[in-house]
Amino acid sequence: MPTRTATRKPRAPRKAKPPKDEPKDYVLRVERLVKVYPGPGNSPDIRAIDGIDLNVERGEIFGLLGPNGAGKTTTVGVCTTRVYPTSGHVQVDGVDVRKDPARVKLGIGVVTQFNTLDRLCTAWENLYFHCRYFEMSHREAKQRADELLQQFRLSERRKSFPDELSGGMAQRLQVARSIAHRPSVLFLDEPTAGLDPQSRIALWEIVSEMREHGITVVLTTHYMEEADQLCDRVAIIDHGKILVCDQPANLKKTLGAETVVHLHLEKPPDGLAGKLKRLSGVVSVDASSDGLRVLTKGGGIVLPKLVNAANKYGLTDVSVAEPTLETVFISLTGRELRE
Amino acid sequence: MSSATVAIQQRSRTSVYAHAFGGMILRDARVIVREIFPFLTRTIMNPFLFTFVFTYVFPKIGQGFNIPQASSGPQISFATILVPGLVAVAMVFQGISAVALPLVNEFGRTREIEDRVMAPVPVAFVGIEKIVFGAIQAVLAAVIVFPFVIIIPSTPVSIHVSNWPLLVGMILLASLVSGALGLVIGTTFKPQQIPLIFSIIVIPVTFLGCVYYPWARLASIKWLQIFVLINPLVYMSEGLRSALTPELQHMPLLAFTLALVGALAILSYAGLRAFVKRVVN
Ligand SMILES: Nc1ncnc2c1ncn2[C@@H]1O[C@H](COP(=O)(O)OP(=O)(O)O)[C@@H](O)[C@H]1O
Ligand SMILES: [Mg+2]
Repeated sequence: MPTRTATRKPRAPRKAKPPKDEPKDYVLRVERLVKVYPGPGNSPDIRAIDGIDLNVERGEIFGLLGPNGAGKTTTVGVCTTRVYPTSGHVQVDGVDVRKDPARVKLGIGVVTQFNTLDRLCTAWENLYFHCRYFEMSHREAKQRADELLQQFRLSERRKSFPDELSGGMAQRLQVARSIAHRPSVLFLDEPTAGLDPQSRIALWEIVSEMREHGITVVLTTHYMEEADQLCDRVAIIDHGKILVCDQPANLKKTLGAETVVHLHLEKPPDGLAGKLKRLSGVVSVDASSDGLRVLTKGGGIVLPKLVNAANKYGLTDVSVAEPTLETVFISLTGRELRE
Repeated sequence: MSSATVAIQQRSRTSVYAHAFGGMILRDARVIVREIFPFLTRTIMNPFLFTFVFTYVFPKIGQGFNIPQASSGPQISFATILVPGLVAVAMVFQGISAVALPLVNEFGRTREIEDRVMAPVPVAFVGIEKIVFGAIQAVLAAVIVFPFVIIIPSTPVSIHVSNWPLLVGMILLASLVSGALGLVIGTTFKPQQIPLIFSIIVIPVTFLGCVYYPWARLASIKWLQIFVLINPLVYMSEGLRSALTPELQHMPLLAFTLALVGALAILSYAGLRAFVKRVVN
């Protein structure tokens, strides 16, 4: 995974929070949302979304973090009028997605998991025609397309067709197109999946800049670094349910641990977990693919004790890291985000 | 509330829809202009070769169709019979290649239809635009094919339009039916089934579409004469026949007009329904 190399924090200063008594301006409201797909053949129905509540404030970058199949795409699909909800309500800028999808579409931008660029049109035409779909005149659309190509550093590729663009460029063009009509909310479904590390960082910068354009961003991802570095708030989703929703720092705080110690063992750690749990400074112990993952607090004093106890089990390596959102996910579900 | 929201509320819905619709037509027009050569080739090839072989080569090499005529009626060449039929086929074929084939790929492979689906209109509008643009191309096809089917034959072609509104009306109606048929096909088949579209739709519809023979002639094969009535191309051929070669036997005006209007309603409804279903889960 190349994600480890991406450590820069392209985070713009956060907007000052409104005073407490002022009611919050939610640009997206999701209430008790349920989506059931009929199972294929005779298999049982699939509850892709199983009762989700979400409120996204105007101007924030909001992340939906979860493993494959968690229901992220389906959630975005309902919010963007592409999936009928089985029950529950979704409002975008106060408009119900079920009652007036055309009006909802006027105020949202969408980048799906797939490259949906118009293959028969050039980069410039993709932007130009998109603008024309959104009530712009020829002159406005032309100007906006030029401006966006420049802003997204695609000016030299204005005459290229989508199939001639690299993955990173195609993705930038998709984002450019999705905000061409100046939507109030931008939905990005796994925007950096399949991108190389550099393109990923470039895209993170673009997403951070949305703040300056006053665009609220809802993005889904299964990369915890992405959620951590980019998002003001993150909802962790699994099996169609929101497990927790808060600022990344707060989510990590709830672990009550400062350090994640990974003990790589050659032998099965029978009984070791129990022993470690009794050590002071150990918050929790979970099995990982090749050993144990130990959450600790109280500084480095506990580390030698862990190593001592683990030695008998064929300790091959110890890695120490700060807790991440992945740690939060594991502590909530007992599973890792990827795979 | 942001200024954007207020702006959205103040805009007139009709204007928003009309602009989006116009934008999509514009996009399709741009693509056709860029692909003018493939467009012309696929439009001209079939009627050109057909008229060339059957109305130029055959008479020259002495191999021909013996068309019995009513003794009192005027002598009518096979070339004359073919004119309305080949124009009708060109339109249906255009509806399929302009609407159905791109749609099958956009749904099944590239998903590029997404951008138009996200335009601020009800999803069915995107399907309606497909029908309308398919119809525009069908009209162009009809106009392009006319000279070919008239000039190429080595036998005389007798065309006279006595009722222009009928001709214009028939071409418009037939082109819309072609676009709607294209939408139905485009929302039904998967990319790997494209060859199937030709063998189970294009070929039977063409051969059993009263293109090469007037419908009345089928009277001697009664079951076939009734069976082909499910084929919308029959009414297009007959409608054009009544407008272009009125001296040839053709169905009554009311019959083919009603049938075409009915076909348009059924095909549009089915096509748009399937389109929305494919797009929204
Ligand atoms: N069109 C569909 N028909 C049936 N099941 C679906 C459909 N789309 C998604 N699902 C199922 O719903 C669940 C959630 O899928 P999805 O929202 O795509 O998850 P994610 O985007 O988090 O990977 C999965 O089990 C998936 O198989
Ligand atoms: Mg997904």
